[in-house]
Order: sequence, then structure tokens, then C-alpha cells
Amino acid sequence: MILIVDMNYRKDSLAFSEFVLPIIAVVSIFQESTVKHYLEVDEKDLANYDRIILSGTALKDNETLRKVENFGWIRECEKPILGICAGMQTIGLVFGCRLKQSVGIGMTQIRTVRENPLFSLTFRVYELHNFTLDPCEAFDVLAESENGIEAVKHKEKLMYGVLFHPEVRNREIIERFILM
Amino acid sequence: MKLAVLFSGGKDSTLAVHKAVEKETVSCLISIVSMNKSSLMFHTPNIDLTGLQAEALELPLIRRLTEGKPEEELEDLKKAIGEAAETFGIEGVVTGAIESVYQAERIQRICHEKDLWCINPLWKRNQQDLLEEILQKNFQVIISGVFAYPMDESWLGKTLDKGLVERLLRLGREYGISPSGEGGEIETTVLDAPLFRRRIDVLEARVEMEKTSGTYVIKKTGLADK
Repeated sequence: MILIVDMNYRKDSLAFSEFVLPIIAVVSIFQESTVKHYLEVDEKDLANYDRIILSGTALKDNETLRKVENFGWIRECEKPILGICAGMQTIGLVFGCRLKQSVGIGMTQIRTVRENPLFSLTFRVYELHNFTLDPCEAFDVLAESENGIEAVKHKEKLMYGVLFHPEVRNREIIERFILM
Repeated sequence: MKLAVLFSGGKDSTLAVHKAVEKETVSCLISIVSMNKSSLMFHTPNIDLTGLQAEALELPLIRRLTEGKPEEELEDLKKAIGEAAETFGIEGVVTGAIESVYQAERIQRICHEKDLWCINPLWKRNQQDLLEEILQKNFQVIISGVFAYPMDESWLGKTLDKGLVERLLRLGREYGISPSGEGGEIETTVLDAPLFRRRIDVLEARVEMEKTSGTYVIKKTGLADK
């Protein structure tokens, strides 16, 4: 069972269908999933899930970045996690990384800089973000573009972040995370 | 949140209006009337009907003409969105985009520049599911344009029903046509939907067909009580 965390500005928002439904569509091919809004995630329930995916949000939605205290459970979590866009930014903040202004809208070319099980080589991605992570102690950088860090992995945990939206282009990245 | 919906009068933008009304406040509609019939950004058949559709929806409409030159047409859209922000104090824009990264990227950039939200409630939805949702919600939708082989004039003016959806899905399988018309294969016009206070009756229309491109040109309409 996969837990998909809805990172949008409120539960059952207008943005849910844009940022969460496409992830459900990919996950449902392989496994059952449960969706919880980020304010509803209970640390005690995490044992029920094999993996966790944190969704992205609308470009103007930075709520989770202002409410990072709601994500303390990520620090202790030993389950594989994939953070998409706002999900990656939030994971970074939880581990003390800083965000750097970096606007990315639309298709961008990125290059893999570290071998990993999710992607390889150079490829084009769909982006929608205002920030990226500054390099920081807790994470290895997996991919970069001209604008900075595009994907990371926690140095000790199976915790990945991608700044781009694999549910729009490159769905196989979500598939590989599920099957990893 | 006060929102404007980019409204072409077709099935997708009308469904986007319905989705937006369920969750937020729709303050106005925005229609771009493009003189370029091949515009990659804007729907063109029967775009003049958006005035009547907005009246039926009882929502204010901001309409702006564009010559439809690529990229320049975006300036016209930007002005229309700016007008919506000034007149109605909108905080965001909703679109009916499903698959087109080309459209989505450009509208996202305009909204970013204007410091507005951009929300696409139909984004990446399964096209069969969307067509079925439109039928389930009792939208009255006609085919107002066909632009791909093997579609011909027999499609024009036809009402979208279960049989027509099945034909579109079959063409999708056999010819690679997007059943929802995301590649511009078909255009639609909505004559009635749950949020329409009155329905639109087509009183006069003609078919214009050239090779594999055809338009159902609505000449005369009326609003009728439901």
C-alpha cells in the first residue's frame, strides 16, 4: 500500500485533481494507494504503508514550506519516500537545507550527475517551481539543470526528491520508485 | 479564492467552470477571440457564442480579440487576465487544459508574471473518464469543428451522447485521434449544462467543409427556459 500525501493548500482543494490524481493514476497500475492531506498524516499510521509519495502543488502554493513543523514525521520515517516538487522542497527543509529562488515553468533539460535507480542520462522534464534546494549536508545531488539542483537522495535513507513533475512527463520514474 | 476561468465555450472549459464553482468562487470568464483559425492556444469555432453562454451562466465575461500570431496572442491573453484582476479582483485563473504542455506552460508563465494562481482541474485526466463525466453531468454538447481524417461533415452539429463517445474512442484506437480533441481534432460547443440558468437553442446553422476540416457555424441562437 502506497501513501500519497496531498500537499495542496487545503484538503479536497481545486488543485487536488491536478497534482494528486495523476499520481494515483500511475500508482494504481501497480498497487493500492491511500491519499491523506498533509495535515492528516499520523505518524502512528505510517507502519501501514510500504512507500510514501509527497505530491507537488500549484506554483503559488507555498503553504507546506511555511508549515514545515507538520512534517516532523519525515525525519523519523524509515519507509522509502519520493517528494515531488513542493514535496522535495519540504523534505529538504525538514533536514535543515535552505531553499534558493529558482523559477522553472515548462519543459527543461536535466542531466543525471549520480547513478540512481530512478533515472539516468540527460532527459527533458516538466517543471513548475519557484524554489530549488541549495546543496546541503543531508543529501546527494542526483540531477541538475542550468538552474540548479533537480533531484536529490538522502545520504542514509531511501528518501528521494525530484523538483520536476514525473506525473506529467517521465511517469516511469514513479513506476521505478514503486517497484524499487 | 476569486477566480477567472479561461472560457472557450467548449466542453472542457465549461467543465472547468463547474469544477471551479464546486470549490472556489468564479468571478468572471475570459474569452480570447482569435482571428487565426489554426491557433494552438485558442479554440475558434463559435467563439462568438461565449457571450450568450456567459449570459446563460449568469457570469461576467471579458472578451478580447487577437490576431492570433504565435506569442503575440499571449500578450492579448495577458491583457485580458490583467483586466479580470483589476475589474473583479481575481486571485487566480482556471483552465480546461488536459494534456497540452504548450498551453499550460504559457498560461502558467502569464499567471506567474501577474502573481496569480493557475489551476488546471482537468490536467492529465483520462479522456474517456472526462467524456463520460460530461455525459453524466447532462451537458448538452455539439461537435462544432472536425479537423482530422476520417471525420467528415456528418459529425458536425451532432450531439455528444454515449454512441458518439464510443465512436470517438474507436477513432482514438484506430487512428490515434485524441478522443477529447486535445490535438485539435475536434472542437465542441456547449448548449446546456447544470450551471446554465437557461439553455441555448440553435435556430440557424450551416456546415462549412474543406477537405478534412469542417466547422458547424452557428448563425442564429436563442436562450430558452429550462
